[in-house]
Amino acid sequence: MRYTLLMHYPEETTESGGADVIEEGQRAFASYAATLHEAGVLLSAEVLQPSTSSTTLRMFDGSLRVQDGPYADTKEQLGGTFVIDVEDLDAAIDWARQAPPVWWGAVEVRPGATHVVDGRWLPNA
Amino acid sequence: MSPPTTGDPQERARAAAEQTARASYGRLVAVLAAPTRDLQLAEDALAGAFELALRTWPWKGVPTNPEGWLLTVARNRQRDVWKSAAARAWAPLEAAADFGRDASDPFDEVDPDAIPERRLALLFVCAHPAIDEGIRTPLMLQTVLGFEAAQIAAAYAVPAPAMAQRLVRTKRRIKDARISFVVPDRTVMTERLPAVLEAVYGCTAIAAQEVGRVSVEASLAHEAQYLAVTLAALLDDEPEAWGLAALVTLLLARRSAAEPDRFVPLDEQDPARWDTELLAEGEAYLRRASRGGGAGRFRLEAATQAVHADRARTGTTDWGALRTLYDALLAVAPTLGLLVARAAVAGRLDGPAAGLAALPDPGADFQPYWATRAHLLAQAGDPAAAHEAYDRAIELTDDIAVRTYLQSQRTRLTPLRIDRYPASRRRARQN
Repeated sequence: MRYTLLMHYPEETTESGGADVIEEGQRAFASYAATLHEAGVLLSAEVLQPSTSSTTLRMFDGSLRVQDGPYADTKEQLGGTFVIDVEDLDAAIDWARQAPPVWWGAVEVRPGATHVVDGRWLPNA
Repeated sequence: MSPPTTGDPQERARAAAEQTARASYGRLVAVLAAPTRDLQLAEDALAGAFELALRTWPWKGVPTNPEGWLLTVARNRQRDVWKSAAARAWAPLEAAADFGRDASDPFDEVDPDAIPERRLALLFVCAHPAIDEGIRTPLMLQTVLGFEAAQIAAAYAVPAPAMAQRLVRTKRRIKDARISFVVPDRTVMTERLPAVLEAVYGCTAIAAQEVGRVSVEASLAHEAQYLAVTLAALLDDEPEAWGLAALVTLLLARRSAAEPDRFVPLDEQDPARWDTELLAEGEAYLRRASRGGGAGRFRLEAATQAVHADRARTGTTDWGALRTLYDALLAVAPTLGLLVARAAVAGRLDGPAAGLAALPDPGADFQPYWATRAHLLAQAGDPAAAHEAYDRAIELTDDIAVRTYLQSQRTRLTPLRIDRYPASRRRARQN
């Protein structure tokens, strides 16, 4: 069963938190990813750039509106995703509780419904 | 209820089906749902099996193994649904390979002659940390004890469709997020067990409200007690689970004596009316609980109930023992209700002034505080203040029997001396 761990946390920049904080976060993510990989459960991981570099598109009154900034203007932002393949929700929660952003914000565990492999949709199992 | 050996086959079949339903509903649901985690499908399939039983048993006779019969029929129904789902293309995406894997029929492992015990796993699913706390007890009432959403809604005094929808949504969540039907291992057990005990206790708390409205025999209270004992037996050596079983059994022993629509405080109840068989059963569970080390909340609460129950033998209540137990309880599970109860005991032991001094700082809307305060003030010889506290206690209760009792206590107060009453309040009283 595939679960996506969605990492939500307040964004720190080198200005706001200092280089140390950023570096420490990067180290924590790296070691977390290594742990997942060694356990053979990690399918993919991606840490996103700050939401200030995000662009959001939506239709407004029939015309496309392209907007500078993230979808939701909140203190905590989606900062990264980890996709893991484990037996059940309990196993997913066990991995999620070790994710570094648990300490900074929140980690959301979301089961996958379907995903693409080689251009074909496959259901989650 | 045991099935009559003679008489109308229709009646006999109904009685047999009812008996099986009471004894094994949760067991069968757990077994049916475990392989797929689909509780809704399991319940629907089992309901279908019970319907078929009521139609066919009257003329075919009750099968020798009614449980196995029901399980086989329910399994076949599950399989039918499962196969028809496989036949459906999974629009709008391409045909889902998932349902086509005939090689592993999830129901194959179920042997109707050797029904495995999955209820414990089901209880842990119902009280899973990923399940909202407020729906855990209703979910247990429905899936383990077989109560209908409408009955549960009535017990919670919420609209039936709202409760039904929440239950359906929760069951869908268990299936979709894949919460497995497993009993956690020892290391996780300590972390997960309190939620299960709490939810089972919730079943008995809801049951307590039922008494008075329906006959005790048919009430949820017996089912909830049965569930607590089942949980303790399945866990085998968890002192707190036996403590919970003891607590709810002792409470039920006294509840059996309850008269509908009439509230009698514990220390005024006639012990001769209590159910001695249940009292002995509860005390046996408490001894079982005491075998383990440490004293948890449920074990201590059961012990306080055992002190009250002891009055049936000794004719008196050991208030000193109660105070010791309340102090121990305060250390493990401090609550406002407990502080109020301890103050009432202090009133007994050291006089009403000491009781009043021991009363916690009021939650303005906390009914037990006002009821206890009123009682202590009346004893302390302050009828005006007692009257006022009774007013508040009466205002704050929804229970008609309790309200009637408090009103009778209020009228028994020494006649009010009007001059001791502030003028503003005198005006308010006249309205």
